[in-house]
Amino acid sequence: MRHVIDILDLSTEEIGGLLATAQDIIARPEAYSELCRGKKLATLFFEPSTRTRLSFEAAMYELGGNVLSVTGAATSSASKGESVADTAKVVSCYADIIAMRHPKEGAALVAANNASIPVINAGDGGHCHPTQTLADLLTILREKGRLGDLTVGLCGDLKFGRTVHSLINALSRYENVKFVLISPEELKLPSYVKDSVLKPRGIAYTQTSDLEGALPDLDLLYMTRVQKERFFNEEDYLRLKDSYILTPEKMRLARPDMCVLHPLPRVNEISVAIDNDPRACYFKQVLNGKYMRMALILMLLREAGKLPSAKKPAVRPLETV
Amino acid sequence: MNVDSIQNGIVIDHITAGQGMRLYELLGLDGLDVSVALIKNVVSKKMGRKDIIKIDADIPVNVDIIGFVDPGATVNFIKNGELVDKKAIEMPEILTNVLKCKNPRCISSCEQELSQIFRLTDREHKVYRCIYCETKWS
Repeated sequence: MRHVIDILDLSTEEIGGLLATAQDIIARPEAYSELCRGKKLATLFFEPSTRTRLSFEAAMYELGGNVLSVTGAATSSASKGESVADTAKVVSCYADIIAMRHPKEGAALVAANNASIPVINAGDGGHCHPTQTLADLLTILREKGRLGDLTVGLCGDLKFGRTVHSLINALSRYENVKFVLISPEELKLPSYVKDSVLKPRGIAYTQTSDLEGALPDLDLLYMTRVQKERFFNEEDYLRLKDSYILTPEKMRLARPDMCVLHPLPRVNEISVAIDNDPRACYFKQVLNGKYMRMALILMLLREAGKLPSAKKPAVRPLETV
Repeated sequence: MNVDSIQNGIVIDHITAGQGMRLYELLGLDGLDVSVALIKNVVSKKMGRKDIIKIDADIPVNVDIIGFVDPGATVNFIKNGELVDKKAIEMPEILTNVLKCKNPRCISSCEQELSQIFRLTDREHKVYRCIYCETKWS
């Protein structure tokens, strides 16, 4: 059974296919509106989430399917001590595909090892969040017209930010991508990401704590929130939460075609005064996320034999490198 | 110093000097009720000094643990006083229930029934990572 736990579970060819499908959905939504009729997506969210859960549910509804939903550990059998493995086995009896968010790292892998239906990781603690990365990739492709030849600034919580780790993994597979890692000392990118992704692939990267200094060189700025829920110590959170705030003054230092992305929700790291700047792409990311989740649900249900095979999308994918 | 030969059992040889006790503990040899000899700092032509463990019983040993602690070691299987098999041990790709993930955010830290599984991700630097959360074992 095919699952998507990490963005690296998808080859660049498969990601190209998903991008093509998503663009076809955007161009011809009516062609997709009945494809999942009679199919059920179980959204198992054991950690607070608004946009990701709604995005998955909207994606399934727009494909003509139905949704079974669990929100919060307190209202589920997890509160009675049920294991993730047992939950996955039980839900496999009711649904055709699972999207799961869980506060513990590796929970989605445990679910995948025990489910008899496809599992999509909708975020496992600070570890991976592959569908956010798919949303990021479609946004970059639509805004910049390419996924290679980019200087990408990643700013904020690079230590616990799962979206950052997944995006680095994904973009590292395209040609001539450079990373500028902007964070306070305490929230630097973990060494395992550098050792296992950047260094072996010879990817150029620099580390700095100076956002203003880095801005003029960037094609893309990926802002992240300092996540309160990842800290064991509130004092550390309070000290670090306002490390970077993107303001209109700082945006004057950036290129006129630089894109600002953010996985959302934001707290105060991007001033609302930037929302109307044409370079602000974070709300487009939300919409793109729904399209990519639609494409992913279709791909996994087809591979599981629950839907007929795909016809080739009518829209050709943009050049991806 | 003389230690008797064994008739039926296992000799773990070419253990890097100083690793014998660690291996003894990880293999759980202290819990056995058979004769076990841990010989430290034996003079070796090849290694200078080495440790040796002799187990005087035909019992299964977890060679993955040996490969993890000391991939240069060899395991000799003795039957009726004769060497019947000799294995050079390599670092295992997967270690199951040998190491414990120390990441409190890992699913394996709260679901006790889960096997603790680590994968070798860098043979040169002997790096094992938890398959669930990718935390490096150290």
